[in-house]
Amino acid sequence: MAKLIETTPCAGLLPLSIGGVNIHEINLGQVTLVAPYAGGAKATSDALKAAIGVTFPKPNRTNGAGPRAIWCGLDQALIVGGACPDLPQAAVVDHSDAWAVVRIEGAEAEAVLARLVPADLRASVFKRGHTVRTMLVHMNVGITRVGASAFEVMAMRSMAGTLVHDLEQAAKGVAARALI
Amino acid sequence: MRLPCPICGERDRREFYYKGDALALDRPAGDADGGVWDDYLHNRDNLAGVVRELWHHAGGCGAWIVVTRDTVTHEVHGAERVGKAKA
Amino acid sequence: MRVAGKGHTDAAETVHFTFDGQSYAGRKGETLAAALLANGVKLVGRSFKYHRPRGIVTAGSEEPNALVTVGTGGGQDPNVRATTLEIYDGLEVRSQNAWPSLKYDMMSVNDLAAPFLSAGFYYKTFMWPKAFWESLYEPVIRKAAGLGALSGDINDDIYEKAFAHCDLLIIGAGPAGLMAALTAGRAGVDVILADEDSQMGGRLLAETFTVDGQDGADWAADAVSELAAMDNVRLMTRTTITGAYDQGTYGAIEQVGHHVARADAPDLPRECFWRIVAKRAVLCAGALERPIAFPNNDRPGIMMASAVRSYLNRWGVAPGKAVTIFANNDDAHRTAVDLIAAGVKVAGVIDVRADVQAMGDYPLYTSGAVTATKGRLALESITITHAVGTREIRTDCLAMSGGWNPTVHLTCHMNGRPTWDETLLSFVPTDGSIPGLTVAGAAAGHMSTLGALQSGAKGAAAAVADLGVTAKVDVPTAEDDPYRIEACWQVDGKGRKWLDFQNDVHVKDIKLAAQENFRSVEHMKRYTTQGMATDQGKSSNVAALAVLADATGRGIPETGTTTFRPPYVPVSIAAMGAGSQGHGFAPKRLTTSHHASTGRSAPMIEAGLWYRPSYFPAPGEKTWLESCNREVGYVRDAVGVCDVSTLGKIDIQGPDAAAFLDFVYANTFSTLRENRVRYGLMLREDGHVMDDGTTARLGADHYVMTTTTAAAGQVMTHLEWVAQALRPDLDVRFASVTEQWAQFAVAGPRSRALLNTVLDDPITGEDWPFMSCGAVSIGGIEGRLFRISFSGEHAYEIAVPSRYGASLFRLLVAQAEAMEGGAYGMEALNVLRIEKGFITHAEIHGRVTAFDIGMDRMVSRKKDCIGFAASRREGLLDGQRERLVGLRSVNGTDKITAGAHLFVEGADAVSDNDQGYITSVCWSPTLDSHIGLGFVKDGPSRLGEHVVAVDHVRGVTVTCEVCSPVFFDPDGGRVRG
Repeated sequence: MAKLIETTPCAGLLPLSIGGVNIHEINLGQVTLVAPYAGGAKATSDALKAAIGVTFPKPNRTNGAGPRAIWCGLDQALIVGGACPDLPQAAVVDHSDAWAVVRIEGAEAEAVLARLVPADLRASVFKRGHTVRTMLVHMNVGITRVGASAFEVMAMRSMAGTLVHDLEQAAKGVAARALI
Repeated sequence: MRLPCPICGERDRREFYYKGDALALDRPAGDADGGVWDDYLHNRDNLAGVVRELWHHAGGCGAWIVVTRDTVTHEVHGAERVGKAKA
Repeated sequence: MRVAGKGHTDAAETVHFTFDGQSYAGRKGETLAAALLANGVKLVGRSFKYHRPRGIVTAGSEEPNALVTVGTGGGQDPNVRATTLEIYDGLEVRSQNAWPSLKYDMMSVNDLAAPFLSAGFYYKTFMWPKAFWESLYEPVIRKAAGLGALSGDINDDIYEKAFAHCDLLIIGAGPAGLMAALTAGRAGVDVILADEDSQMGGRLLAETFTVDGQDGADWAADAVSELAAMDNVRLMTRTTITGAYDQGTYGAIEQVGHHVARADAPDLPRECFWRIVAKRAVLCAGALERPIAFPNNDRPGIMMASAVRSYLNRWGVAPGKAVTIFANNDDAHRTAVDLIAAGVKVAGVIDVRADVQAMGDYPLYTSGAVTATKGRLALESITITHAVGTREIRTDCLAMSGGWNPTVHLTCHMNGRPTWDETLLSFVPTDGSIPGLTVAGAAAGHMSTLGALQSGAKGAAAAVADLGVTAKVDVPTAEDDPYRIEACWQVDGKGRKWLDFQNDVHVKDIKLAAQENFRSVEHMKRYTTQGMATDQGKSSNVAALAVLADATGRGIPETGTTTFRPPYVPVSIAAMGAGSQGHGFAPKRLTTSHHASTGRSAPMIEAGLWYRPSYFPAPGEKTWLESCNREVGYVRDAVGVCDVSTLGKIDIQGPDAAAFLDFVYANTFSTLRENRVRYGLMLREDGHVMDDGTTARLGADHYVMTTTTAAAGQVMTHLEWVAQALRPDLDVRFASVTEQWAQFAVAGPRSRALLNTVLDDPITGEDWPFMSCGAVSIGGIEGRLFRISFSGEHAYEIAVPSRYGASLFRLLVAQAEAMEGGAYGMEALNVLRIEKGFITHAEIHGRVTAFDIGMDRMVSRKKDCIGFAASRREGLLDGQRERLVGLRSVNGTDKITAGAHLFVEGADAVSDNDQGYITSVCWSPTLDSHIGLGFVKDGPSRLGEHVVAVDHVRGVTVTCEVCSPVFFDPDGGRVRG
């Protein structure tokens, strides 16, 4: 029988440690995109709550700590870190292999992202558990604050190399400032 | 320039893709007169002042929105999702 | 020379730098201008047009004269202002626009020819003969006139761009800005305080004022310390706000690394271009002192009075041994007092006003004016008139002050016009010019220190009040002297009275413009080039307006101002384009098989953002065509494997999914059976073809659509538009799954045999007919199989979750090679599809209809769809339109080219005779001929006709036969095999 071997999106690219930041790849496990049908939002949220303990998130928010629901666009969320239950009132799409996910953390993480991202990620307005769909240079990304100075960045899997390149360049510039 | 996405909040213009006048929402019936279709497809006024424009939050949530904007002062008066908006 | 006990740089380490090869010592962190003056260097450059010797005029970013070139090679920076460049050990600086040397500049003959080089010279002189433009005018004049130059080498320096957000942006950190920041910072709002200087404090660093009983510079340092300790305040030094844009967005350029040797910080960006978003802003940009236009007022040693005080009080440098001062306001006397206190001789104060008293022990000449100056490379003496006579005064430094212009520039960036203030004799900002921005301090016309502090505090308090925050206004004591000024724009006398030093514009040029009826200020500007140099006339524009107003018999307010546009200071193109070189230019999308392909030495070709293999060279093959022909043979004769993951894949679900597809596709999908695939044609609303691809029905309410690689993004946007805007009544959801699945074409007579070596359960022809699809298992991994073909052969596409893509590709290629097949790339894929007449975006290029490509019968008449109504327009169904055909080189061996146009045999190859054009070509190893696809007027009626393909660009002419676009296996027997 054929044997297929897994490769992660950022294989060979990460981890990196530059100045005040560390960047490493995150494996979210099973990722399911859920988009409730018309009138199905409540039933979907209730079903999620019953099965994995998280409700369907509001825009720009995530819910949960173990299994998480990450808002990812108009009437859509990603259920990560656990199996998604049957959701008869929603479109359900496997996205487990669709994303390159990296965690960037450290005192300068916010400064590094400010080189690349037009959205406001200041700690005073973008708090832990907040998420945003925005752009990282030319790429569409989702960014979630997962700690006081830690962010999770999700980009298209095929763009993993560019994601790492852009983060690395920005981090080098920020790190160099600390030396003068 | 910044636009107020009704879903995401105010965002930088670079996250948005511009389509044109909001009259593109008023799609004629398939059997409508040729002149009606020509107006819908091609004829646009070039207004100085308050306009209603279609923008797509392509670099954000993916919502199509109608932005009410003044082309003279560049003031943005507001935005709402299409479907809830009429042309 | 240095003045003992003056300045704030006593403790700085000594560094060495070179200017035109000569080594000098200076203090680390002081400006190049201060260091040069400390070393007695007064001549620093030659002027733009007349190559006149020029020196340092100002002590800030408005400097018109002292522009230098820093460094050599790719990193060479031209036109750097000596007044803002901070020196460091090893800094190398050169003067500009002089040859062979600054002192003996050959081009200074231009100055002797000055009468011929007046305003409008270019317009009047270089009209004819036309040939002289290229042979004489352009090369010679270009060389003679100009500023610094780039090296022409690639610049490896790092530049950066960044975003910032705040509640309140405070622009400028002089007394008003610092007070505004203290007021807002103490109230707890999120503040950014930006200042273009290396040190915050503004004029407090350059004057001898006290604040709260403290030395002004000390008060500023304390204020900065307090602000630096606040978490809610961000201090940005060396950062100039360059532009005000819509909705509270500001541009800024930060000089990050120009004050550091490259070797000391190789990764340090030189500059960072900021986009700052602020809910409110307070402009505290201060004011700029303006010169007076008196005869020969441009000699090295003549500078602004405020600059003399800056060099003396801040940098501890006296710009001369015997200083004279010429002014129309009290700053003259302030300068004299400071100089005398420092022990520098004041040779005389010339005040244009009649009724003024000396403020110290110096000769005062009232009702005075400077009427002449002497000194070829540096000022030696001046001639003055005054209340009781004329006299000559020996002086090596003349400080001038024509009053102050509030720095209104940013308030004009969104169409605002400043207001003329008759008391200040200046333009002041007009309220509300920039939404959300208020102006404070000298920028708003508050000329005393106390006035600046008070307006800064009030401005900040008002701004944070808009945000719902109450701030306490608590202002320290400071001088509150009135600002006394009398108008004086120009002084009569023999010699040119310079206005715009950087573009060499003088009073007579403005008068000539008025005389020749260029009376509008905008016309005058363009005719004389006043204010069009890199300093944008910061110090000269208002005086030039005053001269124009006088020459045209109007007042200054009626004359109006030119338009101030961003950027306020020059911004490097490198900063604007930061991050966009190399990999930063565009994202690279790599397939899961990328490394396997490059490991086989496959050259990559860009397809949109994707990188795809062109061909896989085999040992001994010398050309791409050899490889391509071999790979075509794999598919026609055995089996080939190709990564097709780049095609867009869109998952579509919902109760109305079928109805939705019927609306976005020209043909019908509601009738498609489950586990079947159908080719679909998508139109734009204007009736032309948008895209094509196959869509599979995976379940009753579940489809997966394929788009072309090139149009995947466009189609997704289109679907979102249709679903949200046009058919919100349809309950359908879609998501891109392009990234989720790695998908490979397995094509050729042995494709099924190959698949059966990797699938857990073998497939048969009966269960998997052409255009079927379904789930399969590979090594226990669930995948999808589609029996579809883009080559005309018996073929499949197999998809697995992307994490297994690299592994499956290697497995499939290995199995193919064991069956006398192998991997194929884009070149072979292209040949295979041209042989079958399958279209790509080379054919559906935006101007073709379903009718043009022979697919009009696919456009369903039974339903409405996007583009249906427009596709019925008469002109789009005209048989004479250019329609898809095949083209075959008549002798088979003549190569035909894409882009060639087609003509009837014997007709001239001109556009009137155009019969169509060629879109795709290839050498077909299967047919042993050059073939192509193209569009010919009424093409389907002209099969068998000979046409001539003419490629004017490549100089190729070939006779072709018009034929069916399906060259190979027209019955389609192989695909069903």
